[in-house]
Amino acid sequence: MNVAAGPVIPNFGSGSSCEVNNGWFCTDWVRQHWGDTLQPALFQHIELAAIAIGIGFAIAFLLALVGFRFRLIDPPIGIVSDFLYTIPSLALFQILVPFTGISLLTVEIALVSYTLLILYRNMIEGLRAVPADVIDAARGSGFTRFQTFTRVELPLALPAILTGLRVATVSTISIATIAPFVIAKGLGQPIYAALSEDVFKTEIFMAGGMVIALALIADGIIVVVQRSLTPWVRA
Amino acid sequence: MPGQAAELVFDEATKRYPGREGAAVDHLSLTVAAGEICVLVGPSGGGKTTALRLVNRLIELSDGDIRIDGKSVKEQNLVQLRRGIGYVIQQVGLFPHMTIEANIGTVPRLYGRPRPWIKTRSAELLDLVGLDPSYAKRYPAQLSGGERQRVGLARALAGNPPIMLMDEPFGAIDPIVRTRLQDAFLQLQREVRKTVVFVTHDIDEAIKIGDRIAIIRTGGKLAQYDTPRTVLEKPADDFVAEFVGPDRALKALSLHTLAELKLGPPADGPRGALTMTVRDALALLLQQHATVLAVVDDKGTVIGSITREELLA
Repeated sequence: MNVAAGPVIPNFGSGSSCEVNNGWFCTDWVRQHWGDTLQPALFQHIELAAIAIGIGFAIAFLLALVGFRFRLIDPPIGIVSDFLYTIPSLALFQILVPFTGISLLTVEIALVSYTLLILYRNMIEGLRAVPADVIDAARGSGFTRFQTFTRVELPLALPAILTGLRVATVSTISIATIAPFVIAKGLGQPIYAALSEDVFKTEIFMAGGMVIALALIADGIIVVVQRSLTPWVRA
Repeated sequence: MPGQAAELVFDEATKRYPGREGAAVDHLSLTVAAGEICVLVGPSGGGKTTALRLVNRLIELSDGDIRIDGKSVKEQNLVQLRRGIGYVIQQVGLFPHMTIEANIGTVPRLYGRPRPWIKTRSAELLDLVGLDPSYAKRYPAQLSGGERQRVGLARALAGNPPIMLMDEPFGAIDPIVRTRLQDAFLQLQREVRKTVVFVTHDIDEAIKIGDRIAIIRTGGKLAQYDTPRTVLEKPADDFVAEFVGPDRALKALSLHTLAELKLGPPADGPRGALTMTVRDALALLLQQHATVLAVVDDKGTVIGSITREELLA
């Protein structure tokens, strides 16, 4: 496994007293390494998660279309996404590396496969939960099948779909910290660097805190979007 | 968009389901004249709803035909056919994610009507079904059951369809509100004059609403198709007689008003208007322990009288 090497830490000799004494949290270290370590790691982390969620959402949506339209296809899709979800990420990396190499692709395949279960299940459940009388009224009013889907079923499934997106987003941001097992990207890096050194903890607290903050902010953004897209839910 | 009422003809309309014995609707033939309300009534599971849904082809005919102004429903484009038929169901089926205005505008929007036109039309229809214009921006979840069904009715009327299909529209509503909705609907029908097929299992509702009543027995067979009066006074067979109930003579009294009777000279007694039904007049006399009813005109002047015996005659 290729654990990325970070800057040399602790910085013996030239650091602040906090750094020299391995204090629990050194703000001056954070200030010093924001530009060369933390900020790039944050941006990489956002990129890792965004790609995984975007692709995962697209795949789950296509699968949900098929699984919703053809009920017989739903159980196999469900079982496969369940199965993918249960594979430990480290094991999945081991399996993928011979095929996809030490690459971003390997990481994204793993991250995407963890989003599928949550996104797919929520989409299917949301679409199925549309009341039969509403569908009956739509058909009786002269909606085409496509119009029934786009104007009735999909909007009514939106709260469930977005709830799935929230869970998938938060968990992907969290899981993406294992990326450094394969490539030197994301907020997992400073955490790994600190784990391997075993004394200086500031990186763990800072990077870990940033992961949590990022997850909360992303969750908050989706909540705001959800509220503006589904005003009837609170009516 | 479609316009005035159309004649609706069931011609040996039949629905059979594969693997099920007997038909759900069995050679049903009846004609609903343009602008009339035909009530399909009968025991639950008897095929009334199936018959209704054959018209807008939510269920496809196995045999026979249904024609609207002479044109078979089978030959019409499915989506166009449905847009031209108002559809009201018991559970209402309002779109929860749309405002009341958008719900009412459903069919005009499918026809591609411009937004301002739809807004105006929604406001008109809200008024027509007796709801305040402020309801336009609310969501269905904010309305009571009775209000929702009024909106359901408005939505069905929005495309100005010549035909309305109503499947137990007031079935899930409490009795007091139901009576109010029935009255509102009859009032509305006097204005819009649609051809209506109305399904209910409640014989009293059928008598009140229908210009004609089709009594459907289990298996989707037509037992009798006639005016409420004839159905009550001359039931075609034992099934119909039993279905309309042992009190059918009393029910029939509610079909006549005092205005239809020959009155005696003015007399003292409890007062009843000319528009009062014979049934209500009798009830009033019984309640007041009186034998003579003073009949008044719409100005409240006593213009005649009628005795209990004459009412029963």
